[in-house]
Amino acid sequence: MISSIKFQGGFIVSSGIAVITLSPVLFILASGMNADPEIWSHLKQYVLPGLLKNTAVLVAGVVSVTAALGVSLAWLTSFYEFWGRRLFEKWLIFPLAIPTYVMAFIYTGLLDYSGPVQTAVREYAPELAGLFPEIRSGGGAVMVISLAIFPYVFLMASSGFRSMGRSMIEASQSMGGGRMFTLFRVTLPMARPWIFGGLILVFMETLADFGAVSVFNYDTFTTGIYKAWYGLFSVNAAAQLASILVVMVLVIFAAESWLRRKQRFFNRGGHQPVSRKRLNGTGHFLASAFCSTVLLVSFVIPAVQLLIWTAKAFAVEFGAHYIRLVANTFFLGLMGTAVTLAVAVSLSYSARRRADLKTGIASKLSLSGYALPGTVLAVGIVHVVAWLDSRVNGTMDLLGIQLPGALLQGSLILLPLCYMIRFLTVGYNPVYSHMTRLTPSIDEAARLMKVTGAALISKIHLPLIRRGLVTGGILVLVEIFKEMPVTLMLRPFGWDTLAVKIFELTSEGEWERAALPAVTLVLAGMIPVGFLTFIGRNKRQHVPEG
Amino acid sequence: MTKIMTALSLLFIFFSGQAVAAPDELVVYSARKEHLIKDLFEKYEKEQGVKITYITGKAPVLLQRILSEGENTAADILMTVDAGNLWHAAEKEILVPVTSPVLDRNIPDHYKDPAHRWFGLSVRARTIVYNTDRVKKEELSTYEALAGEDWKGRLLLRTSKKVYNQSLVAMFIETLGEDRTRSMVSGWVTNLAAPPYSSDTKVLEAIAAGQGDAGIVNTYYYGRLMKENPDLPLGIFWADQSDNGVHVNVSGAGIVKYSKKIDQAVRFLEWLSETDAQKIFADANMEYPVNQAVLPHTDVRKWGAFKPSTVNLARAGELQARAVRLMDIEGYK
Repeated sequence: MISSIKFQGGFIVSSGIAVITLSPVLFILASGMNADPEIWSHLKQYVLPGLLKNTAVLVAGVVSVTAALGVSLAWLTSFYEFWGRRLFEKWLIFPLAIPTYVMAFIYTGLLDYSGPVQTAVREYAPELAGLFPEIRSGGGAVMVISLAIFPYVFLMASSGFRSMGRSMIEASQSMGGGRMFTLFRVTLPMARPWIFGGLILVFMETLADFGAVSVFNYDTFTTGIYKAWYGLFSVNAAAQLASILVVMVLVIFAAESWLRRKQRFFNRGGHQPVSRKRLNGTGHFLASAFCSTVLLVSFVIPAVQLLIWTAKAFAVEFGAHYIRLVANTFFLGLMGTAVTLAVAVSLSYSARRRADLKTGIASKLSLSGYALPGTVLAVGIVHVVAWLDSRVNGTMDLLGIQLPGALLQGSLILLPLCYMIRFLTVGYNPVYSHMTRLTPSIDEAARLMKVTGAALISKIHLPLIRRGLVTGGILVLVEIFKEMPVTLMLRPFGWDTLAVKIFELTSEGEWERAALPAVTLVLAGMIPVGFLTFIGRNKRQHVPEG
Repeated sequence: MTKIMTALSLLFIFFSGQAVAAPDELVVYSARKEHLIKDLFEKYEKEQGVKITYITGKAPVLLQRILSEGENTAADILMTVDAGNLWHAAEKEILVPVTSPVLDRNIPDHYKDPAHRWFGLSVRARTIVYNTDRVKKEELSTYEALAGEDWKGRLLLRTSKKVYNQSLVAMFIETLGEDRTRSMVSGWVTNLAAPPYSSDTKVLEAIAAGQGDAGIVNTYYYGRLMKENPDLPLGIFWADQSDNGVHVNVSGAGIVKYSKKIDQAVRFLEWLSETDAQKIFADANMEYPVNQAVLPHTDVRKWGAFKPSTVNLARAGELQARAVRLMDIEGYK
């Protein structure tokens, strides 16, 4: 009896969460219906076709490049032994600490016509100068964004490969399956849920990107949204464009669940990790060279360039206020992460308990925030909150109580809330995938031993999903560190972060001065990301897979 | 349970950050960046005893924030870096008309709202910059001339998504009419040496490197770049001197109608329009003071005097959406 009341309570809590996460998205969908027809027909005729094409090119490009990079790097470092393997395994995650917009201004700075590379080519090899491709193009944007976010796929594919165990692979090989056969028919299909998980993050992040594409002046859906808002003064037309983004994401979610239907990824005997095959000769050299090149381009070069700029501008830019910026970045990051994880856990529980279509759609909708440009999401939240505030004030007036003003608007609580809505999917995926391991038989066994309710959760469930929580938490934390538009719009007075400082300086074209907050941000991000590689290394000793 | 409730209510009090501003405090929502306003605001506090609290962001976002916060907003003043966004704020009826002899005296008519809801505080000139090794001054005359056939493959521009270019084109719709503006923009697009850049500084660097021969930028970007690197082969040319004059815009401010301290806010704007503040406000970013009694910085004066356009800047806001559409249609990215 008691447990059934608890169950209902849990359900109410998780529906409440769904309402919170959904309301801004629904607000956007609703105000999208009210777009000024004249503006909309202009957008449809002159702007949309180009945006659709560019967005498709960008998304397809980034998804392919990150898939190729992430999977091949994960495959090499998981199954083979070669020079530097252990180092690559850890360091190839660090590009995640570099925001895409920072990566973009570094690479356009280096590779533009007036940048050092092309200038040197014109100086020393003028006959080659004409061959240089334009970096500010679809191809350039694809490469640079991919360099910043391929670690998602690398990370997920690696854990997929590693949780596989040796039995399947050995079975394939013992039956005469060649190396390539085993890779394409056994290993990759088995790691598919992980790889898809990574690619969906990449897909959504690319759709929502504004900072990087605007450095390239490459027009996508997101830049279209801002044009409608900033240039044509129509928030509704912006919302209408944003609703198309939401729909695109739902289509992808639907496609993903359809692809995954009726598939089960259990694996037996996974306790024994795959023994790595030592590469020799050309293979050894190529593997090391490939990993080094990716690491060099995705992390070392950007880091060095930032350091050079920082050295030049340090004296002008550095000041005591940096302590505050760093403290704010960490504080907001940790708050947002806590809220996001709490919601991710509740949502995972409700998804675990109720597998009907309605709950499925609601939870997928709640996850779509990651594909919305931050500012648009923030506008949704601000409206919902303003409505709530006026309700609260109205009620209080009726009761004869005068409030000093708005309770929620301009309050610090909005930021973590908005981070949660935006990054829920990043935290939810690892938590949920660990949650699926909590089979009903675990609960039954616990019940037999009279472990129920809170004790069941704290003694049995939490330890089992701990790694999911840590991984999800770290990814969310780094995302919040890098987050710019939501923070810019919703932060209360005195809550500037490193990302806000980067915006202030880059929007004035002060790239060199922006390098200092950028370096600080990358260093801050490296702390949690480094922790991720640390737990990755120790995972086999603590948590049995399966 | 009680403990949890206490903790929760304490948290709530901490986060419900709608702190009631102190009586001697003004709140500015500013699209002008922190490093360009901080010192000046601190000076005001020191001299006048009124603390200026500010939050920075993009103008349309700050405007949206005020709109949705409504009468609960903390903002007393909205400050932007272009007239278009001020016009739009006035259009949304969040700015209050101000009668102030001081502001009337210090700020020329075309740099403020005809209905006195916003006031320019510094002037920014958007003109032609050219590569001194590759272009003779005699080749240059007007913005429109850059659309001519002799400029094919030589022009560099910043993106049409930047409000500075939207105001520029809006003002041409006002002075040249829609048709001529349209063919001018179309000519510019044809003449581009490279896809539009995302910043004025990038345009300048590309012109200096020889990717193109000339472009249109705000002068303070030129000033900043030349300060860092005085050897660049870049020169300023004052466009349209024999007709409408150089395109100018303002960085300015208006008082939010929900403010409970309108009088204090007016005094702050008045102070900003006086000699001392004007000097700091403009010099911080190598701009031109809006108060004609104040001279620009000596480095800025070296670029020479020019005739600015005197069309009221409110028109830039009114025509901005039309300008954006025109540029979309002509394929100016």
